[in-house]
Amino acid sequence: MSAIILRRLLQAIPVLFIVVTLTFLLVRSAPGNPFSTEKKIPPEIMEQLEKQYNLHGSIWSQYGQYLWKVAHGDLSLSTQYRNRSVNEIIAQTLPVSMTLGSLAYFLALLFGITFGAWAAVRHNRAGDRAIMLVALLGISIPTFVIAPVLVMIFALWFRVLPAYGWGSPDQILLPAVCLSIPFAAAIARLTRGSLLEVLKLDFIRTARAKGLSEDAVLFRHALKVAILPIIGYSGPAVAGILTGSIVIETLFGIPGIGPFFVNSALNFDPFMTSGVVIVFSLFLILFNLLADILYFVVDRRVKLE
Amino acid sequence: MKPLRDYYRVVRRDALLTVCALFLLLVLLVSFVGIYFTGYTYDQISDASLLPPSSHHWFGTDSNGHDLLTRTLFGARISLFVAAVGTLVSLTIGVTYGMISGYVGGRVDNIMMRLVEIIYSLPTLVLVIVLVTTLDRPVANLLKDLGWTAVNPRLVLIVGFLGLTEWLTMARIIRGQVLVLKQQPFVQASLALGQSHTQILWRHLFPNLLGIIIVYLTLTIPAIMLDESFMSFLHVGLQPPLASWGTLVSDAAFLINPIKLYWWMLIFPGGLMTLTLLALNFLGDGLRDALDPRVRK
Repeated sequence: MSAIILRRLLQAIPVLFIVVTLTFLLVRSAPGNPFSTEKKIPPEIMEQLEKQYNLHGSIWSQYGQYLWKVAHGDLSLSTQYRNRSVNEIIAQTLPVSMTLGSLAYFLALLFGITFGAWAAVRHNRAGDRAIMLVALLGISIPTFVIAPVLVMIFALWFRVLPAYGWGSPDQILLPAVCLSIPFAAAIARLTRGSLLEVLKLDFIRTARAKGLSEDAVLFRHALKVAILPIIGYSGPAVAGILTGSIVIETLFGIPGIGPFFVNSALNFDPFMTSGVVIVFSLFLILFNLLADILYFVVDRRVKLE
Repeated sequence: MKPLRDYYRVVRRDALLTVCALFLLLVLLVSFVGIYFTGYTYDQISDASLLPPSSHHWFGTDSNGHDLLTRTLFGARISLFVAAVGTLVSLTIGVTYGMISGYVGGRVDNIMMRLVEIIYSLPTLVLVIVLVTTLDRPVANLLKDLGWTAVNPRLVLIVGFLGLTEWLTMARIIRGQVLVLKQQPFVQASLALGQSHTQILWRHLFPNLLGIIIVYLTLTIPAIMLDESFMSFLHVGLQPPLASWGTLVSDAAFLINPIKLYWWMLIFPGGLMTLTLLALNFLGDGLRDALDPRVRK
């Protein structure tokens, strides 16, 4: 198994290489200048700036230098946030985004599995119908619509939660809930569907025939198997949370990586943009590998390829 | 066509699906025809800014004094257009890719599906943002050189790249179906009769796939609509004078402050968008349950 994991990790290198190349060359060859936000910089100073940031010479030599640095773990200086290195910005913002994202994912799993299982047990009854309706609504309503609505209700109308900021637990709650909604809904639908299939299987009939209580059948036998598609969904879910958090961070003024990425893309900051794309891609590739390994460990019928 | 008849039959049988379909038709009708009867144009600025809903402005007005009803319908038109054309792009790629992968099989299939997996594990929407922001001006210049000044470069880029990212699920499903279909005796028979592979793919396999294509088409439209509005919300998507549901909600969300609530700016475009997505998802789900042979009931 370790050989397979090693092979998958090695496979990630060319993928990352292509992504980095594409991003860097695109941003550098775009007609926008990373320094053009400042008004009329004299040419001498511009030259000096370009030298300082390694943006002089042909695009290929810039690319070569950048690649060399990235291979050594140095993501260069940000042209937009002067004198701050991309490494520094990411080290500062990534933990914030990770906290928000993992809390949202945890909430999505908690509510998704609970309500999904509950709906499956009450198959085709009113409770099931209601949960599935709410779940479809949860999938349909965009994060950037539900988030401002909840802000209006809880922060401005009832004034129970803050609308803005980051740091205290009550400031985390609203953004994490908003971010988790579509994924909780998707997980609830998955859990319900999968549990309904599992409950038809022979080993469940055996468990019931042994005289086990319905709760024991559900929690000790059925859910353990029914959980598999949720592991399969964890890759897309985490990718979705990653992009969704960009919106949530922007809306709630959270100092995560999202707003930095959007600003860097809009201002043609080649190093910040490429840096974030590298970090996001690496994170997702590793997470998908982890999910595959987990799937393999849990379900021995699956072959890890 | 038989798949379309099936589609119609399934929708007619279910009251909820009928309501969804009628609602979508109504949105289409109102946004393409009704928009001319609001009494305002989408880019008409006035001093009457940030007015709540009234008999003059049913949905109120925004910070530039635009009539919000007209803006919402105009946004609907753009959102629906992006979703429809983007879906067509993704459909073409997904169906072709899936058919080739499934039909050729073996090593080619392996490599093609591995590629799909790799793209699945990339933050595609983040890459689309980079592509759209950087290629904006080059494409604008290109369109100017071609003399196509009426074409909005952003619109082209967004439709193109979102279509390029949302084909993965379609490709996987089509491939799975083709793997089953190509084992059928009629494929062997056609081969024995001397038909070429292209003929078999196009004349025999494709018609059998139509049903499933229509089902997943219904589910791709809301996905692309959501992606576009997500980008427009972050100001990296469509830009003024174009407006989509995403830009309208964005205008409202960044006006939120504790002193005054401009709820109508959020509720009307956001609500209409949510209802449209809900109707599309309901339709897609219902059709999949009824028509997709892989889903057991």
